[in-house]
Amino acid sequence: MSSLALVNKKDPLVRIARRDSIAKPKALIIRLIAIVISLIVCALIIFAITKVNPLKVYESMFKGAFGTKGKTWNTVRDTMMLLCIAIGLAPAFKMKFWNIGAEGQILVGGIATAACMIYLKSLPPVLLFICMVVASVIAGALWGILPAVFKAKWNTNETLFTLMMNYVALQLTSFFVALWENPYGSNKVGIINPQNHEGWFPSIFGEQYVLNVIIVMVLTVGMFIYLKYTKQGYELSVVGDSENTAKYAGISVKKVIIRTMIISGAICGLSGFITVSGASHTISTSTAGGKGFTAIIVCWLAKFNTFTMIAISALIIFLQQGAIQIASEFNLNNDVANMITGIILFFILGSEFFINYRLIFRKADKGVK
Amino acid sequence: MSGFISLFQAAVVFGTVIMFGAVGEIITEKSGNLNLGVPGIMFLGGIASLAGTFLYQLSVNNALQSAYDAFIASGGVKENFAPSGALAFFSEQSSSAITGFAANGWVGVIIAFLCAFLAAAFGGFIFAFLTITLRANQNVTGLTLTIFGSGVANFFGGSLNTLAGGVGQISVETTSRAYRTSIPFLSDLGVVGELFFSYGWLVYVALIVAIFCQYYLTRTRAGLNLRAVGENPATADAAGINVTAHKYLATCLGAGISGIGGLFYVMDYTKGTWANDGTIEALGWLAVALVIFATWRPKNAIWGAYLFGVLYWAYLYIGGLTRASQEIFKMLPYIVTIVVLIFISLRKKKENQPPAALGLPYFREDR
Repeated sequence: MSSLALVNKKDPLVRIARRDSIAKPKALIIRLIAIVISLIVCALIIFAITKVNPLKVYESMFKGAFGTKGKTWNTVRDTMMLLCIAIGLAPAFKMKFWNIGAEGQILVGGIATAACMIYLKSLPPVLLFICMVVASVIAGALWGILPAVFKAKWNTNETLFTLMMNYVALQLTSFFVALWENPYGSNKVGIINPQNHEGWFPSIFGEQYVLNVIIVMVLTVGMFIYLKYTKQGYELSVVGDSENTAKYAGISVKKVIIRTMIISGAICGLSGFITVSGASHTISTSTAGGKGFTAIIVCWLAKFNTFTMIAISALIIFLQQGAIQIASEFNLNNDVANMITGIILFFILGSEFFINYRLIFRKADKGVK
Repeated sequence: MSGFISLFQAAVVFGTVIMFGAVGEIITEKSGNLNLGVPGIMFLGGIASLAGTFLYQLSVNNALQSAYDAFIASGGVKENFAPSGALAFFSEQSSSAITGFAANGWVGVIIAFLCAFLAAAFGGFIFAFLTITLRANQNVTGLTLTIFGSGVANFFGGSLNTLAGGVGQISVETTSRAYRTSIPFLSDLGVVGELFFSYGWLVYVALIVAIFCQYYLTRTRAGLNLRAVGENPATADAAGINVTAHKYLATCLGAGISGIGGLFYVMDYTKGTWANDGTIEALGWLAVALVIFATWRPKNAIWGAYLFGVLYWAYLYIGGLTRASQEIFKMLPYIVTIVVLIFISLRKKKENQPPAALGLPYFREDR
């Protein structure tokens, strides 16, 4: 910016230069500083609203997330959900395909699962589970493949296409909720199969959500390997970096786009299956509840590394559970969670700048070059 | 006929919300910034207008109340206390009515308008600062803004009452009524009056804003500069246009206009109340859809908005639908948008394409 230092003009006060590389600990410190500052800002806001000692507030946030065994498991369950969606988005985003449509893919996966639970409950459990998995994966993949085909063939804008698909899925969910409502007139599906729990995740070691953790952990490792060590993973990262390079190297860009979006949509559909069968046991228009959007941010901040995603999802869910606790303690409403999440994400997003660039002040500048 | 009139009216009111949102977003996108925070911005605008007016009306009433207390304490008779506008205040007993009648609606209008515009523009500023100065990714920042905006709005919408000390239902009836004032005389012109002149005045403001933006973008030098920034920032920069300033201004102003959509929703559509039902979010995404539908032209956003309104409400006027199949009909605006999106990418007509640098960051050093 200021390399053209004119003779009769001073250098600007601050100039920025791209960092070639940054040591991992340093990057981590910058991120931690950002999180700490954001927590201070949130504390100030909470203090202004509730007039309660912010430290007490964070204490009750901790209680909200880990206070009892049940709350801890809820935190784990929600973290796994968010993580699962972020894993699904990872290949698409690494390919620079803006799949904003996770919300919709989760919902159709959830609808497919709920349909199996309602209509096929007489099947033996193993068969029922296979049906649910297959149905949700196909539904999610279908929702993913549509925008991918149009992107591959005619370069239709995928950000806006997938965004619209969310709302088509949302209306579809409303349709099925009205169709399956129970009891009649409530406009809610209610808990599906409350008596015999057909199609519910079985408890393992006496805990309800262990299977959720196992499935998502397998996906975490699997996706890490897929992106880093397989030919397909390599291909999609080349397409993401430069389509022309990919074409030159003989990679069929269209095929990679469509294949990657099938995988992405399928995993998002699967997370719909985990939500319905493994957590809520019902379907509603809030089944996805904005997680599809939050997961995009998780995926982006983690730079597609599935293990980093675990930490970021856990942080976000911790904040949300904690904020819900504050809300109930101080008789405020739950949406404070989204406000706090938003503020913290703003800071983390902003901190990326200081990882990629360094600021050079005028005085220091004279000494260097 | 009356069915048609009411559908048309519903469509116009619905369309106005998303028209504000879409026109603001068009301005933003013309500068090359794809701000997916429109729902968040509309949330911010809506809640700021509500909170601003609510606090204003509350303070006026508190002042009146203390004046009344002082009057009684000094030995006055209740019936003799009559400062201007306070009569209705004492004839009504419920607290929401107290909030309603004492304050002047038009002062509320100005406060609401300023609050909405500034809050929304502030949302746009956060986006601009993060994406332009700190070079964060636009899509991710926009989505974060949506999460933030919905959190702020629903939090304050749900907690305003608690925070203000439990005064009763939040309703800013006076200000809302001032916003819903329709043009006198013209609204009495029978069918014509009902069709075209029965709306709150913001409906016409939306039209004027859209037409003005169209004129600004296509017929003025400043608009040309803005489009140049969105099409090819490097060239614009070389031509001496300040890219950063244009992007900042367009994003903040665009957000401000979108925020008025939130204000209109709160003041006119829901008549001065708040519901945490996420409707604004759905409308915000529809506004993003409308930008595509209008192929980035404010003038197309006008009829597009009303068409979306008709499509959205059509299910009420089609006979024999069950509650479930109504939901299928509500998909129409989104499906139409997808079809338009595919259509413009198929035809590849130059003038219908999004701004060439839409969503791409511009860093001078990266050239």
